[in-house]
Amino acid sequence: MSLYSLWGALEIGLIFGLVALGVFITFRVLNFPDLTVDGSFPLGAAVAATLIGSGTDPFLATAAAIAAGAAAGFLTGWLHVRLKIMDLLAGILVMIALYSINLRIMGKPNVPLITEPTIFSVLPGWLPDYIERPLAMLALVAVAKLLLDWFFSSEIGLALRATGANARMARAQGVATGTATLVGMALSNALVALAGAVFAQSQGGADISMGIGTIVIGLAAVIVGESVLPARRLVWTTLAVVLGAVLYRLFVALALNSEFIGLKAQDLNLVTAVLVALALVLPRLKRRRAPRTAKGG
Amino acid sequence: MTCRPALSRRPLLSAGAALLLAASALPALAQTKAVSVTAIVEHPALDAIRDGVKDELQAAGYESGKNLKWEYQSAQGNPGTAAQIARKFIGDKPDVIVAIATPSAQAVVAATKTIPVVYSGVTDPVAAQLVKDWKPSGTNVTGVSDLLALDKQLALIKQLVPNARRVGMVYNPGEANSAVVVKQLKDLLGKSGMTLVEASAPRSVDVGAAARTLVGKVDVIYTNTDNNVVSAYEALVKVGNDAKIPLVAADTDSVKRGAVAALGIDYRDLGRQTGRQVVRILKGEAPGAIASETSSKLELVLNATAAAKQGVKLSPELRQSAKTVLE
Repeated sequence: MSLYSLWGALEIGLIFGLVALGVFITFRVLNFPDLTVDGSFPLGAAVAATLIGSGTDPFLATAAAIAAGAAAGFLTGWLHVRLKIMDLLAGILVMIALYSINLRIMGKPNVPLITEPTIFSVLPGWLPDYIERPLAMLALVAVAKLLLDWFFSSEIGLALRATGANARMARAQGVATGTATLVGMALSNALVALAGAVFAQSQGGADISMGIGTIVIGLAAVIVGESVLPARRLVWTTLAVVLGAVLYRLFVALALNSEFIGLKAQDLNLVTAVLVALALVLPRLKRRRAPRTAKGG
Repeated sequence: MTCRPALSRRPLLSAGAALLLAASALPALAQTKAVSVTAIVEHPALDAIRDGVKDELQAAGYESGKNLKWEYQSAQGNPGTAAQIARKFIGDKPDVIVAIATPSAQAVVAATKTIPVVYSGVTDPVAAQLVKDWKPSGTNVTGVSDLLALDKQLALIKQLVPNARRVGMVYNPGEANSAVVVKQLKDLLGKSGMTLVEASAPRSVDVGAAARTLVGKVDVIYTNTDNNVVSAYEALVKVGNDAKIPLVAADTDSVKRGAVAALGIDYRDLGRQTGRQVVRILKGEAPGAIASETSSKLELVLNATAAAKQGVKLSPELRQSAKTVLE
């Protein structure tokens, strides 16, 4: 595997680390199986790419993308909390609606950002591009993670966690669970839209089809992360899910370099799945074997 | 293996120099060249492009496994993977990267400014910002577009259905290539006093329903190489046959499946054309000095059975200009 491959996997892994943080908030903290992300990822990309294309400052465009993502998440939450639509279906409805909305925003299915300035244009250029970008992403994801940790220790953050852990109990304690859900959904999809906006700027543009499977990768990242770094404290778990996203991308990079064992291009998804499955199973096997050998000795 | 260090340890400097000279004088073909190919997804047309590139390389004397290091990777529809494939290729430093379809081409072009890139199967490379214009780019990028000259397509429609006024089109609004065609066709039809009636099919399963909305509103249905439409072309054929609306396609394969006619690109041929650009770069030409091209070869294929079902007469002139007429 070349250095380019490795740094590339790190960069894309960190971008999807933001998705993983978002998915972690809904699926794990809030206990809300939210499928909006397949729409909010390209939504972030669409808003950022379109605004940059029309001459807006990349940072402003990225901020607008975050706001758009928050609105999408809020809408899903609202459909569920206020209109009592089942959580899964609410996410699906907003996800499919976003396909049309994204097309409206972009005005065409593909908005390129190859010659346009991006948030990465402000990098000083002390190091080669392919190293500087992942480092910039590392800083961005670290800030997002720390802000999220801080948020979860605040009063509203704790209310959100209580809502996910036991909604009835939380209500009995005076937590407005509906509001907590809305806040959590908005926050989650804002993070995912940020990921989409950054992805578009790092990969040369937004494409209407780029959201497909985002939820799957986000969930895989969360589960891989939790299994390689099992922890009870939230600050460690948020680190774990980002780590999971990076690991997932490293597995893809590894799978891309697997021709030497006779695998072909079409086997890529299979190889990735096998590697992820191994990552999930191996720690458990080790744990199971440990007491047995202790007894035997 | 053991003779190699012995050779280099030869005391005679002149012998070493002679060896060096001989090595540099070897024909370029004897060196191994590396060509890395990527596509966003497996798809008959995109695979045909890839195979065409390989054909042409072989015809030029580059044989995979001998003097050619050939690598192919598909992103299997995932943009994150497309980005990673781009990084992997750049790390491998091949002599040429061939990027098939818009998202793959954008990922590669965004990631390298130095390694020669030849795109293919991109309808509008200028709108996709792969190149500034159709002239030689002066950068590391060139390639072959699958843009069809729409005036020729319109001429075919007029020949088939001389009194057509309203042209229907089924397409996926999410496909960049189709959006380009719709926009251009609308302008072109307007100029000759005709109108375009659109029906959108965001998924393959929507193609039949979309086509049915056109019944009674159009005189002929034209489709481009839209992935959704092509993969569900039979649904369109059913509507065309039932409502006697002639179908004009843009790929010759759809004629076998029930369209009346297509003046289309043979994608394997488009691949060969792409391959010729690759060979020029391998032989030392700068990619920035090669202009972007469109398909040089169009072929007309007709289907007489479908014509009868959809109520069209194939004129003798039309039959004569066709490469194949399916009876």
